[in-house]
Amino acid sequence: MKYLDEFSDPDLARSLLRQIHAATTRPWALMEVCGGQTHSIIRHGIDQLLPEGVEMIHGPGCPVCVTPLSVIDKALAIAARPGVIFCSFGDMLRVPGSGRDLFEVRGAGADVRVVYSPLDALGIARDNPDREVVFFGIGFETTAPANALTVHQARRLGIRNFSLLVSHVLVPPAISAIMESPRCRVQGFLAAGHVCSVMGTSEYPSLSQKYGVPIVVTGFEPLDVLEGIRQAIVQLEQGRHETRNAYPRAVPETGNPVARQMLADVFEVTDRAWRGIGTIPGSGWRLTERYRDFDAEHRFDVTGVHAAESALCRSGEVLQGLIKPHECAAFGRVCTPRQPLGATMVSSEGACAAYYTYRRVAG
Amino acid sequence: MCLAVPGRVVRVSVVDGTPMAEVDFGGVRKDVCLQYVPDAAPGEYLIVHVGFAIQRLDEESARRTLDEFTRLGLLEEEFGEVP
Ligand code: SF4
Repeated sequence: MKYLDEFSDPDLARSLLRQIHAATTRPWALMEVCGGQTHSIIRHGIDQLLPEGVEMIHGPGCPVCVTPLSVIDKALAIAARPGVIFCSFGDMLRVPGSGRDLFEVRGAGADVRVVYSPLDALGIARDNPDREVVFFGIGFETTAPANALTVHQARRLGIRNFSLLVSHVLVPPAISAIMESPRCRVQGFLAAGHVCSVMGTSEYPSLSQKYGVPIVVTGFEPLDVLEGIRQAIVQLEQGRHETRNAYPRAVPETGNPVARQMLADVFEVTDRAWRGIGTIPGSGWRLTERYRDFDAEHRFDVTGVHAAESALCRSGEVLQGLIKPHECAAFGRVCTPRQPLGATMVSSEGACAAYYTYRRVAG
Repeated sequence: MCLAVPGRVVRVSVVDGTPMAEVDFGGVRKDVCLQYVPDAAPGEYLIVHVGFAIQRLDEESARRTLDEFTRLGLLEEEFGEVP
């Protein structure tokens, strides 16, 4: 138990671990959905503190990792246009497209800017009325409310030179897709806490029922993760499969109704491709007809863009929990955080990067 | 960008018809949109993601999380200079 002293409350961590060990009588495979949870698990060695046979499978919950290559290529094509200011969260800049990444496009003279919030991009649009400003709108249900409000605001304020390249993805359809894969080994989920802070928990009980899996809404600090694991294992050992909220301090059952209303006004459900996984029906959002004017894909013709994925990269299998990062032949050799081949190595929340950073080559 | 960070509301205002706040994250101050937690008041703690408050949080959990993030250098990662 060499890592235990690193917990913010080692005594509580010890007690949770004792309870997990006492409850476990057989092997279980749990998936943490959120990339922040993956990071926390690897950083604190939580997977190595668990009882023999209890395995944590890393889920697809890293927005940077799952943004499809075709969308990255569209971003690169738009960013390279004269007169465009392309704004993005910083961690998208090194995600490889078919040929290059945003960082290289910027090096070649494009105006690519890193912003902290989509509202910053809207401010840039207002300050540069003679330029087209495009924001790269990626992320799960946690990030979407920010982008929804930003286009709403653009319309309200009459800012016409702003648009969104939208690639939003949704967690519940991804859970269904994972459970329906014939190779699925997942027996329980730690759901992503902050997604539920926005959306609430109402979508999960029917998934627990349908697939016979416990789903525990979990935060991403190490103690939260341990508590999520404890609750999932206790349910599995008792033969139960329910949705439980282990993160009530940040997750009310109804989520955030104001944000949900805005999301319903601005976005509608669409099929969405996930990088390395393929298309999952109903797993994303796009702008509704009313906001189509603000859709960068409509404003810029990017239909001719063709994507070519690295033949070596197995990030799709990593994202679905089918292999561990170090089982990829490229891991740590031709693929490193400095020279990433796949998105799961680019983002610090990606499973490949987490394994590389914390020198995990086994288990 | 994945991180949602707790912060304390320092002051609130309305900018272009939208409720905004100055929020303190363990010493780093940022402008945060309050559209989704519109009645937040100075002194309260919020969970903030990409410049938007998404929920309230009690002070004790907020402080615990902030301490943890500071210790792990995650605040720098989230707000610090990016490439
Ligand atoms: S190690 Fe690199 S090449 Fe292999 S799956 Fe991960 S990102 Fe792809």
